[in-house]
Amino acid sequence: MNEFLHQLLAGLATGGIYASVALALVMIYQATHHINFAQGEMAMFSTFVAWALIDAGLPYWGAFALTVLLSFGVAAAVEFIVIRPMHRAPELSVVVVFIGLLVIFHSLAGWLFGYTIKSFPSPFPRDAWYGSTLMSAHEVGAIVVALLMVALLFGLFRFTRVGLALRAAAQNPVSSRLVGISVGRMLMLGWGLAGAIGAVAGMMVAPVVFLDPNMMTGVLLYAFAGALIGGIDNPVGAVLGGFIVGVLENLIGTYVVGTELKLSVALALIIGVLIVRPQGLLGRRLVTRV
Amino acid sequence: MKPQAAAAGAPLLQVRGLHARYGNTPVLHGLDLDLPQGQVTALLGANGAGKTTTLRALCRLQVQTAGQVRLGGQAIEGCSTEQIARLGVGHVPDGRGTFMGLSTEENLRLGSHARASQQGAEADMARIYGYFPRLRERARQQAGTLSGGEQQMLAIGRALMGRPRLLLLDEPSFGLAPLVVKDIFSIMRRINQEEGVTILLVEQNARLALALAHQAYLLETGRVVLSGTAAELRSNPAVQRAYLGE
Repeated sequence: MNEFLHQLLAGLATGGIYASVALALVMIYQATHHINFAQGEMAMFSTFVAWALIDAGLPYWGAFALTVLLSFGVAAAVEFIVIRPMHRAPELSVVVVFIGLLVIFHSLAGWLFGYTIKSFPSPFPRDAWYGSTLMSAHEVGAIVVALLMVALLFGLFRFTRVGLALRAAAQNPVSSRLVGISVGRMLMLGWGLAGAIGAVAGMMVAPVVFLDPNMMTGVLLYAFAGALIGGIDNPVGAVLGGFIVGVLENLIGTYVVGTELKLSVALALIIGVLIVRPQGLLGRRLVTRV
Repeated sequence: MKPQAAAAGAPLLQVRGLHARYGNTPVLHGLDLDLPQGQVTALLGANGAGKTTTLRALCRLQVQTAGQVRLGGQAIEGCSTEQIARLGVGHVPDGRGTFMGLSTEENLRLGSHARASQQGAEADMARIYGYFPRLRERARQQAGTLSGGEQQMLAIGRALMGRPRLLLLDEPSFGLAPLVVKDIFSIMRRINQEEGVTILLVEQNARLALALAHQAYLLETGRVVLSGTAAELRSNPAVQRAYLGE
């Protein structure tokens, strides 16, 4: 029983990471109806930047804040320089560009920082949480950080003027322009936010899985599964889905298929959701009139 | 025939040689328009004459344009759609452009993005609810669930939230019950008379439009074929035959 509880809670901790990356995917999907396949690699690259900053002597939270800011800027720049010119391009070309970005960030990280596995510090104490054997302080911290990020984003979208403009631009770009909203700027902002969220997720997962250029490959798949389960157009659903995937991955991995086949759980989930309930738990069903 | 009213003062909007095309398909072939300050100008014409395209071309929305457009003396033909909105051009688009997933109140609030300062936005919202009490009742409701008439009111309200100098209205009567249309037109008259907003009204229903407008232009296949005061157009035999059904 204790073992089961331990696996469940550990699942929640990784679920928090998946939830964060899923949130980043949804941010961009909502605005552009594209899945950014490079999201994971961008997050991994951000984590390397944080590692380099800490290595250079910056305190953890200083490096954390600077990395989040830099990631925001880089992601916004990627939107402006790479994605915007693809505005009218066919779907498949955009997908290819995303895969190109994935490869670029992956190789760039390997070239700049090397392929050897590095340890990445956690901001939370090393010891178990309040002497409990069920969860480490880092796991609890990662969950709290993920939930905090969701709360912040929710506040931004729900209660601020720019948040309303972001939602408007995602829903109806034409009407948005007619009321004076610069849709291009909103897309850049959305990408920047996604980049920043990804950076936080990367810094939270790195202490657990160690830092190397392949760190986020699996995470992106799980996050994608999470976003699909929750509903790819619904931020709350994506977060919920991320947690669900984290828990399912851990429980099924431990009790059913074994750790080697864990990743196939994510793939099975993706296929299962697409067949049974393509709009996800909280997503809206897309109906097209013909 | 030049509109008499245009002589009253410098026009708020002056258009010279406006061309517009969608890709390789030209739609407008050099329009000249003068919209006198504080007046209602109607743009009449059959389906496909280029009325909606004219409004889009003025806002540089989804259409390639050439030609001169001056708003209050300032050249705006090089501005982007969102800049033109911020210069005080409110556009009630064809199809109403409702933000379906947002609430009625959020839709209205978005309208205030068009202006620099948010001062008085709450008072404006109260004034718009005064014009359209139905919207106040539906304030928290998802805008996509509103009826066609309510969405038309919402679109007008959204444009008014930007405190426009010039209001472009694209077929506000389209698909609405006659009573609702009457209601909306009487409110547009109040907006013009009480707030002094200059209006460019696109309408297929010429009788309705000429009852509200001071002057009018008649478009045929992307060209102005007739212009004058509303009374002149009403009494023109060709207009009566083709557009008023008399």
